[in-house]
Amino acid sequence: MRDVAVVGFSQQQMKELDGSPTCLEILVPIIQDLYEQTGWTKSDIGFWCSGSSDYLAGRSFSFVSAVDAIGTLPPVMESHVEMDAAWAMYEAWIKIQTGEVDTALVYGFGKSSAGTLRRILALQLDPYTTQPLWPDTVSLAGIQAREGIEKGLWDEKAMAEVVARSMTDAAANEWAIRKGATSIDDVLAQPVYADPLRRWDCAPVSDGAAGIILAAGDKAREARQRPAWITGFEHRIEPIALNARSLTESVSTAAAGTAAGVDGVDTAELHAPFSHQELILRNALGLPGDVTINPSGGALTANPMFSAGLNRIGEAASRIWAGNSDKALAHTTQGPVLQHNLVCTLEGRN
Amino acid sequence: MKVEFDYTRSLGPVLSQFMSALKQHSILGGVTSDGRVVVPPPEYDPITHAAVTELVPVSDHGVVQSWSWVAEPVAQQPLEKPFAFAQILLDGADAPLLHAVAVDSPAEISTGLRVRVVWAEDPTGTIRDIAHFEPAGDGSSEGSASMEFGAPEVTGIVSPVKLAYDYAASPEETKFFRGLAEGKIFGQRCPKCEKVYVPPRGACPVDGIPTTDEVELPDRGTVTTYCVVNVPFQGQTIPIPYVSAYVLLDGADIAFLHLILDIDAADVRMGMRVEAVWKPREEWTTDLNNIRYFKPTGEPDADFETYKHHL
Repeated sequence: MRDVAVVGFSQQQMKELDGSPTCLEILVPIIQDLYEQTGWTKSDIGFWCSGSSDYLAGRSFSFVSAVDAIGTLPPVMESHVEMDAAWAMYEAWIKIQTGEVDTALVYGFGKSSAGTLRRILALQLDPYTTQPLWPDTVSLAGIQAREGIEKGLWDEKAMAEVVARSMTDAAANEWAIRKGATSIDDVLAQPVYADPLRRWDCAPVSDGAAGIILAAGDKAREARQRPAWITGFEHRIEPIALNARSLTESVSTAAAGTAAGVDGVDTAELHAPFSHQELILRNALGLPGDVTINPSGGALTANPMFSAGLNRIGEAASRIWAGNSDKALAHTTQGPVLQHNLVCTLEGRN
Repeated sequence: MKVEFDYTRSLGPVLSQFMSALKQHSILGGVTSDGRVVVPPPEYDPITHAAVTELVPVSDHGVVQSWSWVAEPVAQQPLEKPFAFAQILLDGADAPLLHAVAVDSPAEISTGLRVRVVWAEDPTGTIRDIAHFEPAGDGSSEGSASMEFGAPEVTGIVSPVKLAYDYAASPEETKFFRGLAEGKIFGQRCPKCEKVYVPPRGACPVDGIPTTDEVELPDRGTVTTYCVVNVPFQGQTIPIPYVSAYVLLDGADIAFLHLILDIDAADVRMGMRVEAVWKPREEWTTDLNNIRYFKPTGEPDADFETYKHHL
């Protein structure tokens, strides 16, 4: 295996992007920022890969318009996934492993505010017996949360603890949408919205984009003094049928975590769009109590579709660059109620 | 902006039987290799991956296993007023079915509540034949054991999907569309390669940098390439054959697609000079349809050298 590291990360998030669903307005500055961080130009990038969704954009082949942000003459080697950009990064990492390229720029983007996000996401469900009922994301998460509460796996207070810690930590994150010093009592004082969930238990609808640069070996050391080296990169998926798996545990996260290796992790950025899902993920990964969870505030404070997962990797890498972490874990989820999970572990070397 | 499509899906043997049974107000579960009865029936066994072949009727009564309150229903959900989505374990089944339960408030539903199916008035052979569930008191019913499995009546479903988006134009697109409302065509020039794009794109696809300079373009240009549409399709408004062409406006570096009319399709050619035919001024809006089509100007054809880099 080649040693590959994250050497650049740039993000933008907002409640409502005043721009087109191609998100070109924010992708162009993100890519410029990545060049500035690494001192590279377009010609230093060997492979490009993006994550986005036409259902979110409301137009076909929306990722093709986004390619304008790259500038593609002479032509570039480019690919795309209709998934969170963390999976685009997985493809880019494989591409570097093949030896064909040494560097890659990965980006994700989405304008969730253009439609009704919780409704549009029903289109990822089984199209025969589930999607025709239009079960929205919040309702499915509510069913999952209640099942855990009634089984005694967690309670409202444990969920409120996650919310309070996330919003408090997000105060220092310029890109967080819902943030500020918050106590457990503050959370519990909020009205219940989708019983058993409060609005703060659910990630805010967010627009945004993000990009990451990967590089192998010496090329990584050229760009960053303390690169965030990838030590494990795994993803696992569970059945689409909502009655074919336990919703209160995440066996796919556990399997990805075991394969990636979680020993020695001091920081974890977990992609939990609902408060109780962080509890499921922590349990699945078997993270010790002293691991710092979501110092950025996590997805409960901003959850731009198709880049929020990549953001978890970027936030983890940023802490390694800064020397605040020696080994960090980043997790990404997609699909209904934690169907598909990815774990990436990163380490700094002195 | 509204996007609508009726997805037409064919069904395999398992779901054909399931949907056919629903149309007759009966619910089938699939028997999996571990002896469990799963509703809706899976097409393949989750453990052995073999095709599921045994289907058995289950009751239309069951019990709520978990639920969530839908305070603000969204379009096309089973109920328009607030309701609960619930995982419902039907009597005779071992895995829950997700569906809607009609109650007036979250106080009227709890895990363990017994519920029964309310069937749709006009069954069509889809999961929506179960309109929703309602509280059943202590009621129960057996599955309709008289169910006969012949050739399935239902072998396909139609799923109408209706989505609505607020489409925000980029700043460059905004200028373009506002210009159209005044009968003007605005493009943007890349500050680096100086190419002029129309419609404007926000970033130069060659250099990946924002385009900055606004350029007003004339409404005449050259056909660079074209195709003759001979195939009828749903929603077609122009009699075939007709021509869709790339028109390179004078001063632009990228051609855009529009119609060429007022000429026999067989006479359209590369290099032909064309000009816009606008709708009457009082009908102009911020829409590219302000230009109805392009028609020949009668000028001599443009020399191939003038547009060979724009093909």
